[in-house]
Amino acid sequence: MPTFNLKINNEKHTVEVDADTPLLWVLRDSLGFVGTKYGCGIGQCGACTVHVEGTATRSCLLQVSQAEGVNITTIEGLSENGDHPVQKAWLEHDVPQCGYCQAGQIMTASALLNNNPNPSDEDIESAMNGNICRCGTYVRIKEAVKTAAKL
Amino acid sequence: METSNNSLSFSRRSFIKTVGLSTGGIMLGFTLFEACNPDSKVMIDPETLNYKDFNAFIKIAENGMVTIYSKNPEIGQGVKTSMPMLIAEELDVPWEHVLVRQADLDTKNFKGQVAGGSQSIRSSWTPLRQTGATARQMLINAAAIKWGVDASECTTNEGVIENSRGEKLGYGEIVTEAALLEIPDNVKLKNPKDFKIIGKDIRNVDIDKITSGKPLFGLDYKKEGMVYAVSLRPPAFGQKLVSFDATEAKNVPGVIDVFQFGDKIAVLGNNTWAAMSGKNALIAEWSSDETLMSSEDHDVELEKLLDSDKLKEVRSDGNVNIAKMNADKVIEYTYEAPFLPHSCMEPMNFFAHVTDDKVELAGPIQTPEGTARQVAGLLKREPDDVHLVLTRIGGGFGRRLIGDYALEAAEISNISKKPVKLVYTREDDMAGGFYRPIVKYKISAAIKDNKLIGYHLKEAAVGSSINKSRASYFPAGCVKNYKVEAAQLRSEITTGPWRAPVCNFLATAEQTFIDELAEELNQDPVKLRLELLEVAKKDKKNKMEWSPERMQAVIKLAAEKANWGKSKKGVYQGFSAYYSHNSHVAEVAEVVLKDGVPVVTKVYCVVDCGVVVNPLGAKNQLEGGIIDGIGHAMYGEMPFVKGKPQNLNYGDYRLIRMMETPIVETYFIDSNEDPTGLGEPSLPPVGAAVANAIKAATGERYRKQPYTKYMVS
Repeated sequence: MPTFNLKINNEKHTVEVDADTPLLWVLRDSLGFVGTKYGCGIGQCGACTVHVEGTATRSCLLQVSQAEGVNITTIEGLSENGDHPVQKAWLEHDVPQCGYCQAGQIMTASALLNNNPNPSDEDIESAMNGNICRCGTYVRIKEAVKTAAKL
Repeated sequence: METSNNSLSFSRRSFIKTVGLSTGGIMLGFTLFEACNPDSKVMIDPETLNYKDFNAFIKIAENGMVTIYSKNPEIGQGVKTSMPMLIAEELDVPWEHVLVRQADLDTKNFKGQVAGGSQSIRSSWTPLRQTGATARQMLINAAAIKWGVDASECTTNEGVIENSRGEKLGYGEIVTEAALLEIPDNVKLKNPKDFKIIGKDIRNVDIDKITSGKPLFGLDYKKEGMVYAVSLRPPAFGQKLVSFDATEAKNVPGVIDVFQFGDKIAVLGNNTWAAMSGKNALIAEWSSDETLMSSEDHDVELEKLLDSDKLKEVRSDGNVNIAKMNADKVIEYTYEAPFLPHSCMEPMNFFAHVTDDKVELAGPIQTPEGTARQVAGLLKREPDDVHLVLTRIGGGFGRRLIGDYALEAAEISNISKKPVKLVYTREDDMAGGFYRPIVKYKISAAIKDNKLIGYHLKEAAVGSSINKSRASYFPAGCVKNYKVEAAQLRSEITTGPWRAPVCNFLATAEQTFIDELAEELNQDPVKLRLELLEVAKKDKKNKMEWSPERMQAVIKLAAEKANWGKSKKGVYQGFSAYYSHNSHVAEVAEVVLKDGVPVVTKVYCVVDCGVVVNPLGAKNQLEGGIIDGIGHAMYGEMPFVKGKPQNLNYGDYRLIRMMETPIVETYFIDSNEDPTGLGEPSLPPVGAAVANAIKAATGERYRKQPYTKYMVS
């Protein structure tokens, strides 16, 4: 099997996997970054969202062969002590219920704020609409994104 | 000796589990201050402390830090936070000194390790408080012995015991002695006015791990040497495997093994992707699907059942037929709901490792005890051979009350002799459902002198059905002549409990019908409900599980909070009220028209669930139940073609998203009554609140879900 050199959370990793393996499964099964979740495998739910060069990207649709030579950030690398403004806002609003989708929500929200530090309600809805929360924590997610923008 | 005390959630044995205590602990050489003060330079990780078993629920470290085990599965309903709160309250320790851990399945020490029916808090309210209070009393007794004083002279405050001389001992300093004492009976519980933790906003105990992506869930669980399995199952309910060709599958890089078990084929891989790819490369032939039913067939057959002699009486008061004969007018409408998958965000998965010594299981399951027993039965093993680790659960909604996937994992491990993690793809998860039953309700009302004199509800469904208890919820008791009948349609499609079983659509049907009745009587729908409840209040004959007084109180407060009847121009309101899971709920939905299309913008919700243990978590449950309920009422449907489920991923199966989410405003009735269910009760009423608001906005009456499917744009 071919090897691939990946840069994840500012560290280099070499993996030996089939070339069409989605980054999602490389992260989870080969490298143990299990914070990135599998939800649908077709880019419809957002549970697997990571940052590629700072942009929210569905890791279930990105093949490992396309992930070389770019900076990848996962939820584990978003901050050193879980204290990124978005993570802090999630705590303040006690957002999660089951919690499964929340890493993906946080990665989408943090990418939004990177590019748009003062998003309007419409900006937030538009950016977050690709992330499903089956528990229905959307009210709190929206409030938390607004809080994070102020932190 | 074990004595039985039915009100305790623990067996007496759990208190005598003190092996190793007499060896003494290690002096850890730091103070509580250092461990708990966030500004301290030496932050001590509470997880690394040396805790001593007090009982199966409680461990106390020498510095006073307490570990509390949460016995029930955590599916997002918040019990991993709220159940330990009950123990900590009566143990009298500061919440900041508590570390919560998920207990494994342990039938010897714990009772009722299950997540279902919104019963966790209701059933643990007294037992878990007694657990904490008993431990507190034993700590006091041990300190009293040490000081040579009477226990009645001692008090506790936040983990410290004090005697009348002013001497103090921290719980951690006396835990070794306390755990060996006789267990006191009849310990006194706190007066609710003295609560320091119950009733306070407490954050989800796993929130740091959730927001930083730590392994918590079944899908994150890993064991040395573990392989990944994905199964190919019959595409349609009722189909059997005829033959298969695994040549291509075995050539997929990373695929380790392929084998048949029952009508399924397991593909084992050294990672999830390999196993999934192997499954996709399988070629299988299935038995004919010619006789299997499609959604249109269900529709026709259920309709027939509603007027057939197959209906069986569930409850009957007075004589509804005579009431209909005497009526000035009879109105009748039919309400319909489709099959729904649970679509938990974490797909079904389970770890199993079957060896000659034992059966190790780990994963997300709402029924660990029953599932472990079934696995033992399947593998013909002793129940004691089976060990089950509970992981955090990425959504349950009832799907994980059924442990079919855990049994499958055990079977695959048993055949392959490997530690196996079975993973469902999203499509497997949606196709392998135990769906919310497809159901139709035909409701009629007999009206005389502009009053309701008879109410008749008929149910036709695939799978689970209305029982006597549910047939006795509001509006039962509100009308003298009342009858509920039900009939079943047999199907190969498996059904099961789905958040607020039966009530999830029964409430929609009945509370929409009451709105239609109000229109017919030319009455305000809130006033009509309050009047109907007056009848129930006077009915002393029928002892009811629910309270008309509490129902009236939530209705009145919801109407007040929503400014019922006085909404702003262009904002249309719909009302609904329902009792389920021992809680009384009233809701008002607000709808506006955007380009002529009704949009739900706000929902007011008032709940009487007795004492609110954790308001922060409780509000989250209400918000979630309402959003979940709106989403499924508007968009949810699993259609079938010849037994084959059609919408298998989120491209076709629509779940509610942020853009469709309204503002939710929640209120609790101030109450000292024992707490009742909260994970489910906010969902049942919302479908009708929305339908009634849409009627007010558009004049169109929606009786069939999902509503958006039948909207003409």
